[in-house]
Amino acid sequence: MNDHDHDHGECRQLLKDLSDYIDGDLDETLCVEIERHMNDCDNCRVVVDTLRKTVLLYHDLPAEPMPVEVEARLLKCLDLEAFVGAN
Amino acid sequence: MAGLTIDLNLYADEATLIDALLAGDKHACACMVRQHGGQMYAVALRIMGDPDEAEDVVQDAFISACGKVASFEGRSKLSTWLYRITTNAALMRLRKRRDDTVSLDEPQVGDDGDLLPRQLGDWEIDPGRQALSSELRQEMEAAVESLPPSLRAAFVLRDIQGLSTQEAAEALEISETALKVRLHRARLALRERLAGYLAGQPQEMAP
Ligand SMILES: [Zn+2]
Repeated sequence: MNDHDHDHGECRQLLKDLSDYIDGDLDETLCVEIERHMNDCDNCRVVVDTLRKTVLLYHDLPAEPMPVEVEARLLKCLDLEAFVGAN
Repeated sequence: MAGLTIDLNLYADEATLIDALLAGDKHACACMVRQHGGQMYAVALRIMGDPDEAEDVVQDAFISACGKVASFEGRSKLSTWLYRITTNAALMRLRKRRDDTVSLDEPQVGDDGDLLPRQLGDWEIDPGRQALSSELRQEMEAAVESLPPSLRAAFVLRDIQGLSTQEAAEALEISETALKVRLHRARLALRERLAGYLAGQPQEMAP
């Protein structure tokens, strides 16, 4: 498969709906259309699969907690240290 | 270690906390910082890509928030209002930064032609089944940083912080439709970039 094969009308037309599709925000008719297209189009099947994996990977990205000293400086700059009972 | 001993249960619910904030109660302000500071820091860090700048953003944001509590209309959640202030503070700093160092390698998202997928190889990785390697995590973080700021903010709020479409749109002060368009563009750009790393590459299972 290559770029050229992929660059045809229906792929292009369905592309804009793929995020709504993987989020489950797309109406039934369009879902059916996308699924039917994916049966015949390896490229779009891969794009949907890897787009979904992209989203899932970022869901798993752990959040960096705010370091204690950053929070302390934040409270200090807001003049709120006295209200959190530090020391 | 100095204990941060504020009683987070001082305010029974968000409405009570907001009333106290509106009344100028400093305890309430401290409580808001302790309850929401971590999430705002996380967003600031993802948008700025730098801990020092994230700290500046969070300080800007809470100074602004504590100073204009009266402008909180109570139509959205307190967190959504804070996300809006934090995102604005971050984007403002990015704008300033870009004046100094205009990045030429930032992906330009113009017409839809730019969105056409180029990378069409399968990924072996199975998200959720295996831990992210630190190398992949760095790739993912660098990919987010390479997004244009408006797309980055939409993606960070919706897909990393997990806000609903409605909340993310409110935080960015754009329509839900516009949010979805930005989110979709961000995801496609990230997919394209991660494909360079993940396509055709068998991922080692984490032990
Ligand atoms: Zn197709």
